[in-house]
Amino acid sequence: MIEARRISKRFGDFVALDDVTVDVPTGSLTALLGPSGSGKSTLLRVIAGLERPDSGSVLLDGDDVTLRPPQKRGVGFVFQHYAAFKHMTVWDNIAFGLTIRRTPRATVRDRVTELLELVQLSGLAKRYPAQLSGGQRQRMGLARALAVDPKVLLLDEPFGALDARVRKELRLWLRRLHDETHTTTVIVTHDQEEAMEVADRVVVLNGGHVEQVAAPRDLYDKPANEFVMSFVGPVNRMGDAFIRPHDVEVLLEPNGSTQEAMVERLVHLGFEVRVELVRDDGEQLSAQVTREQAEALELERGQIVYVRPTRQTVFSS
Amino acid sequence: MAASPQAAVALPRARLSGGAGLAVGVSTAYLSVVVLLPLAALVWATHAHGSWQAVTSKQSIAALKLTLLASFAVAVVQAIAGTAVAWTLVRDSFPGQGAVNAVIDFPFALPTIVTSVTLLALYGPRSPVGIDAAFTRWAIVLALLFVTLPFVVRTVQPVLIELDQEMEEAAASLGASSLTTFRRVVLPNLLPAVLSGVALAFARAVGEFGSVVLVSGNLPFKTEVASVYIFGRIESGDAAGAAAVSVVLLAISFAVLLGIGAFRRRVTRHDV
Repeated sequence: MIEARRISKRFGDFVALDDVTVDVPTGSLTALLGPSGSGKSTLLRVIAGLERPDSGSVLLDGDDVTLRPPQKRGVGFVFQHYAAFKHMTVWDNIAFGLTIRRTPRATVRDRVTELLELVQLSGLAKRYPAQLSGGQRQRMGLARALAVDPKVLLLDEPFGALDARVRKELRLWLRRLHDETHTTTVIVTHDQEEAMEVADRVVVLNGGHVEQVAAPRDLYDKPANEFVMSFVGPVNRMGDAFIRPHDVEVLLEPNGSTQEAMVERLVHLGFEVRVELVRDDGEQLSAQVTREQAEALELERGQIVYVRPTRQTVFSS
Repeated sequence: MAASPQAAVALPRARLSGGAGLAVGVSTAYLSVVVLLPLAALVWATHAHGSWQAVTSKQSIAALKLTLLASFAVAVVQAIAGTAVAWTLVRDSFPGQGAVNAVIDFPFALPTIVTSVTLLALYGPRSPVGIDAAFTRWAIVLALLFVTLPFVVRTVQPVLIELDQEMEEAAASLGASSLTTFRRVVLPNLLPAVLSGVALAFARAVGEFGSVVLVSGNLPFKTEVASVYIFGRIESGDAAGAAAVSVVLLAISFAVLLGIGAFRRRVTRHDV
């Protein structure tokens, strides 16, 4: 269990964390989600001991480690830009944490071999980091962090520097890895889809504050406030109400509760079609319909349609 | 008609483009005029006069030995001290850092003979700090240290600035102490730059004349370095002998520099 209690951290005039309290249950995979500058990376680095908070405390499994250096925290850290030891082979990178502890050679060999297999790099043990792709480098980074059996695994935007396809693959792979090892894991990301897909708990941060802590599903269905609502997915605004594009119904005839709008653009996204609309009051609105619906309505650019929300959220201020 | 199985036609090998060819030509001509021709002339002058015996005189061998030994010592000291200075300038921050950084290049700007006069005044018989090292081998090392200071500092500095500090954080999170991190992670990445600096410092020390000539006292067999010995040969009308000693000095330096270069390639084999 990781407990970060009332953490504050400033960098000059910039407040990175303002009295933040976050708990990460043992065995969970928790995502710290937020835009850049929200303090999510700083919080992760405070937990790892790479950054010392101005105030507050960090507890790992009940031990106060606030003043303990990173070497003695037993955390594994994975960096966005890999932080590979570029003068060492893949094998030596993964073995690093073990060899500096003077682990017997046979133990090191077995452990590294096992980890190479786990991260699917068995054939590349003698390569140098410069000879690997980004995805391979990051898997090496993960194996290196896991080699010392950390109590917690901390990942700072681990897939941020990778292209979209590799990113998706590694995300699924990380989830499976966690399901096997159950290491308490915290992943920092600015990508709400990544957070939802990989984590079982999501902590939404913004401007150094926690906005909401929830399971991915609740975050989407029951956002605590306007910020979370608009950060975790696309959203339309009608007066005080917030409406997801897939909660907008598009009709060809008015029926009393509908509002008139004109189709400005149709965006085909495979199975779904996004309909960009302009309402009669000049406001933009986007609706998401299935391809069948779009075809049945024979939607085309410039057409007048009638819209109404099937579901909306209003936050009391 | 079926398509020919040899559909792929080998293209003629790409040749150097016009720009690259020009660059090679200019570099070759430039190096020839500035470096290779004078070196060839030196070797030719020696050979034509058959003056190799100048090299094997006891005085000459003593001077060559002293020069190489002093240069080697200086190179070792600069490797450590220069790296430490570069580290301080990059990683620490203190008032007057900019000024200190500017002072590093000072030994290059100062005419070497002035260095010699200054060192003699400071560490000579009338030393205001009570250290009299004049006309000893220590004085030679001191003068060489002064003139070679910038090399290692200036080669290591940019590499240290560019060094990915997350590597050090990664090492720390894996349990490495700062000493282990420095030894296993930082140093291997700095070593190529240190070696480049060391090679430059060594080469400069081997040929150094101005800063040494006054403080060393030039006592044959004791404090006479090769450059001063060579100057002496020229003054006594034995230009060919001077050339011969120079050629030997160059050959030894060349071998040392090649050795450093080979070692440097070995430690950078991961850069692919």
